Amino acid sequence: MDAAHAHGYGHGDHAHHPSGILRWIQTTNHKDIGTLYLWFSFSMFLVGGVLALMLRVELFQPGLQVWRPEFFNQLTTMHGLIMVFGAIMPAFVGFANWQIPMMIGAPDMAFARMNNWSFWLLPPAAILLVVSFFVPGGATAAGWTVYAPLSTQMGPGMDLAIFALHIMGASSIMGSINIITTILNMRAPGMTLMKMPLFVWTWLITAYLLIAVMPVLAGAITMILTDRHFGTNFFNAAGGGDPVMFQHIFWFFGHPEVYIMILPAFGIVSQIVPTFARKPLFGYSSMVYATSSIAILSFIVWAHHMFTVGMPATAQLFFMYATMLIAVPTGVKVFNWIATMWKGSMTFETPMLFACGFIFVFSMGGFTGLVLAITPVDIQLQDTYYVVAHFHYVLVAGSLFAIFGGVYYWIPKWTGYMYDETLGKWHFWLSMIFFNITFFPMHFSGLAGMPRRIPDYALQFADFNMISTVGAFGFGLSQLIFLWVVIKCIRGGQKAADQTWEGAEGLEWTLPSPAPYHTFETPPVVK
Amino acid sequence: MVVNPQANFTTLRKLLVVAVAMFGFGFALVPFYKKICEVTGINNVLKADEITNTQIDAARWLTVEFDTNLRNDLPWTFRPLEKSVRFHPGELVQVTFEIRNNSDRAITGQAIPSYGPQLAARYFKKLECFCFTQQTLRPGEVRRMPVVFVIEKDLPQDVNTVTLSYSFFEVEGTAKKAG
Ligand code: HEM
Ligand SMILES: [Cu+2]
Repeated sequence: MDAAHAHGYGHGDHAHHPSGILRWIQTTNHKDIGTLYLWFSFSMFLVGGVLALMLRVELFQPGLQVWRPEFFNQLTTMHGLIMVFGAIMPAFVGFANWQIPMMIGAPDMAFARMNNWSFWLLPPAAILLVVSFFVPGGATAAGWTVYAPLSTQMGPGMDLAIFALHIMGASSIMGSINIITTILNMRAPGMTLMKMPLFVWTWLITAYLLIAVMPVLAGAITMILTDRHFGTNFFNAAGGGDPVMFQHIFWFFGHPEVYIMILPAFGIVSQIVPTFARKPLFGYSSMVYATSSIAILSFIVWAHHMFTVGMPATAQLFFMYATMLIAVPTGVKVFNWIATMWKGSMTFETPMLFACGFIFVFSMGGFTGLVLAITPVDIQLQDTYYVVAHFHYVLVAGSLFAIFGGVYYWIPKWTGYMYDETLGKWHFWLSMIFFNITFFPMHFSGLAGMPRRIPDYALQFADFNMISTVGAFGFGLSQLIFLWVVIKCIRGGQKAADQTWEGAEGLEWTLPSPAPYHTFETPPVVK
Repeated sequence: MVVNPQANFTTLRKLLVVAVAMFGFGFALVPFYKKICEVTGINNVLKADEITNTQIDAARWLTVEFDTNLRNDLPWTFRPLEKSVRFHPGELVQVTFEIRNNSDRAITGQAIPSYGPQLAARYFKKLECFCFTQQTLRPGEVRRMPVVFVIEKDLPQDVNTVTLSYSFFEVEGTAKKAG
């Protein structure tokens, strides 16, 4: 990803371009910022991954062997927060920065300086999170959902997490404003909305979701903060507040948030599949409508996370049916991807492998979601490992695999070199196999009743957990292959053609590889 | 030229308004939530119940045990005058609790009830309770407070003992007002 900057120094008007570290701190170039986001995301992925392995070490055997339970809870919480806000979300913003201007024929993002700020807010937030392990009482242990009243009671680690979330939220909102403005106002002549690549469409909708719900999260954690320090009683039962209300406000943010983490992944897969099937995307407009309806529906299903709080039966039924309804547009998407492959001349380079893996394994996660949507079933399964299996199928094999696929797909454009195909394939197959070794048994331990977020468990779950832990270490180590492939690809390799993939379509492939520092300064015309 | 800074700033301003409005919306959910609970009658542990069915099931005996807790080092003493009562479902029962402020400042507290087993909550009707209002005690003050309740006779047959547990919380920020 680094090599992209080597170009563009030739431009006379950039003679004062700073070099070294300053260049990265001051940069307003969308490609630089995209690179920063992606590296930030990858390092957070490693930090979050190490935390996950620490969890799995404790869970390797029943009993308490390695960590104190309080610390175990801190690990679970931080793993969740860092993966969601540090790894997955910034990775997609990184893709948005690199790709959206190149895909719609814009010279840069709309607000280049603000773009720089939105990135540079992230490292301080990440530092706050990591440092919180070392304050008295340790990091927050309230879970990534920071439920009250736990979160209104914990030590200063909770305050640090709240500040970190505020900062990351501000960064997301700024990033989203930038993305929406770029897409709405800076498309090349002839690039109508319905001609935009699907990745751009999914990001447009995601950015709207972010602007709608990140402020709600900011509100919720502000309420926690004032409950903690300023004597308000939003969630304090004694003062007339209600902890269940926190769950409502949190999930009003939280459910759209899970779609924020999957819609751009849908976009990436919708770019990759047609390329390697060598056929145009089947049902383009239905994809756009499906994405929009998923986004709209995502605002009315939040209470499926709260079936056990004692809602009236009518409310439970409403949220159950609304949740199931979301499966319809999601099914439309899966259908369209498969229809795109139908009778295509398919080849299976690494991006396509990840895209196919995504479709297969994400669908499994969708089905377990449907199972959880059934209220009476969920009352059994809530807070068990079945839920953990569900959301790792959609987030790891969903969002993360799409991110990997996207990197393999576009990295030749970013660096100018082909990545090592053999290693890429190893990365895919090892990830796929170890992913399933890790998470498939969790369906069974969950169905058998193993509670999540607990460091110890009954003997009957021992075998499943041992398998999960072995799988987790395999999965973690496999990711080092990815790091190796990326570094190798930055340093050199076979020159990538401008049109890297035979079947690829879109403005980015009309540019040289690597993409010059400045592109589309005069907009292309789209017919 | 495709880039039009003017248009971009207009979009920026509109989106910022949306973001700020949604921040406000998060807070607007608070009164909205309270209203919904009020209208639908959910979460009314702190309000007097009404009883519709006054039949007594004289053939069945129930025991209610009392449990009292103080949260966050509230410097009070809090106890029931009797540890448990035995009665028939549907019967009107009155018991007394006592609180004492052991500190040298006036303190306001709020009691929150809970029930074991949880499902008993639906059948446990409180007609009078000190938990319906906040209690302010002057330094050293002692107060005895009645609780009047009925357990409806539809309580599932397998439940013979119900625990009524109260936790007194200090209402923060009211200490000064009350003093
Ligand atoms: C067909 C689509 C889906 C359905 C019907 C569905 C349904 C559900 C339900 C009912 C729960 C609550 C389970 C419980 O706590 O008892 C849940 C949890 C969860 N889902 Fe999904 N889901 C779907 C797709 C997704 C996607 C696409 C993502 C993210 C990429 C996602 C991420 C999550 C997460 C993170 C949780 C757990 C939150 C927590 O308690 O920590 N889901 N899902
Ligand atoms: Cu959800």
